[in-house]
Amino acid sequence: MDGVHDLGGMQGFGPVEREENEPVFHADWEAAVLTMMRAGGSRGLFNIDEFRHGIERMAPAHYLRATYYEKWLDGVTRLLIEKGVVGVEELAARRAFFEQRPDAPARAALSGPPPAREAPNPNWAQDVIRKTGATPRFAPGDAVLTREIHPHGHTRLPRYARGRRGVVHRCHGIHVFPDTNAHGQGEQPQPLYSVRFDARELWGESAELNQAVHIDLWESYLLPGR
Amino acid sequence: MGKNHPNVDPYIVSRVRALESLLLEKGILAPDAVDRVIQRYEADTGPMVGARAVAKAWTDPEYKRLLLDDSRTALARFDLDYAMLMVVENTDAVHNLVVCTLCSCYPWPVLGLPPTWYKMPAYRSRAVSEPRALLGEMGLDVPEQREIRVWDSSAEMRYMVLPQRPAGTEGLAEADLVPLITRDALIGVALVTPSAAAAR
Repeated sequence: MDGVHDLGGMQGFGPVEREENEPVFHADWEAAVLTMMRAGGSRGLFNIDEFRHGIERMAPAHYLRATYYEKWLDGVTRLLIEKGVVGVEELAARRAFFEQRPDAPARAALSGPPPAREAPNPNWAQDVIRKTGATPRFAPGDAVLTREIHPHGHTRLPRYARGRRGVVHRCHGIHVFPDTNAHGQGEQPQPLYSVRFDARELWGESAELNQAVHIDLWESYLLPGR
Repeated sequence: MGKNHPNVDPYIVSRVRALESLLLEKGILAPDAVDRVIQRYEADTGPMVGARAVAKAWTDPEYKRLLLDDSRTALARFDLDYAMLMVVENTDAVHNLVVCTLCSCYPWPVLGLPPTWYKMPAYRSRAVSEPRALLGEMGLDVPEQREIRVWDSSAEMRYMVLPQRPAGTEGLAEADLVPLITRDALIGVALVTPSAAAAR
C-alpha cells in the first residue's frame, strides 16, 4: 500500500537526532512489547509479513507520531484481535484495570499463576528461504525494469523504485513472498534479487553524484530491462 | 529520555499491561519471557559480535574473504548461527550505508537492537535520496569521488558494513581493535577512528 511507512525519498522530517548513550530500552513496557511480538510470531499466531502490514495499517498521523515500540504495540494488538487470540472486550476490561493501577505488573490482573510454555520456533522471522527448485529468471548483470504497481495490500517494492531500470547484482535464493504471505494467500516463494539502481534513475536531476541504491526485490516485481 | 521518546504515557502503559496480562493468562507469553528479553538485549548483545568479526577480518585476510563470501560460516566462529547476513566492504572507491526505508530492518544478531535514530523518518527518508548530504550532517564527509552505495533492507537479508581499518592501528592486535569498532561504523554512518575516546 502507498502508506506513510514507505518513507524513501520523502522530505521534511528534519535532522537525524542521535541520542548519546542511548539505553537499550527507554521504559520496561518497550521490552514487554518486543517480547509479546516475538511470542506471537514464534507461536505462529502471525507471520513477519502480517506483522509489518499490521503496522502499516496504523492511521498515518499516528504512525508518524508514534515511537517504534508504540507502533509494534499497535500492530500486535490489531493482529491478535483480528486472529481471535484476544477479544476487544476483555482487552478493554484489562486496560481499565491497569488504568486504575498504573504501577501494577501484568500478572496483577491474573487470578492464578500463569501457565509456562516455551516458544516453539525462535527463528520464525528469518525462516523464509525455500528450496522449490525454481530457476531464477534473471542472472547477475541482467538489466531489469521494476513494475509500476500500487497494490492496496502489503508490498516490499518501495514507491521510489517503481517503474525504474536497474541491474541484477545477485540472486539471494528462493524466498517467501510478502505480498501474499501478509494476506493469508500462502508463501508463494520466488527468487529474490539484489538489484542495483543508479541514483540518477531514482532521483533524476536531483540525484547526488556517484551514488547507487541496492534493493532486495522479488522476481514478480521485475520485468526484463531490454 | 531523548527527544524521540517523549512519553511514558499512562495510556500506552495500560494498553501494554492489558495485552501482556491476557497473553500470560492464555499461555502465549511465558512468565519469565520479558525478563529474559531484557537480560538478553541489555547484557548479552550490542554491537559485539559484528565488531569482533570485523576485527578478525582486519587481521586475517582469509577470514575477511570468508566473512564477505559466506558470512554464516564466518559468524559460526563466534557461536552465532545467522544465515541472512550480507557483509559489504568499504574501500577507497566505495562507502556503504545501510537503511530500511519501509520499516526498520536491522541485523539484530550481530549489532543488537537498533538505535532510535535508525528507526525514525528523518533517517529512513533521506538515506536513499541524499545520503551524502545526510552523512555530512551526521559528521561524516564522504568525498565525491567515492561512491556511496546504499543498501535498502527490503527483504529478510540483512546488511553490515565492513569498515576500513584506520591508519595508525597497524600495531594493534585483534582484541585491541574490537573496542574501536562502533555500531555506527557497522551501519555506515561513521568511520572507525584510531582512538576509542574519539569513537561514538
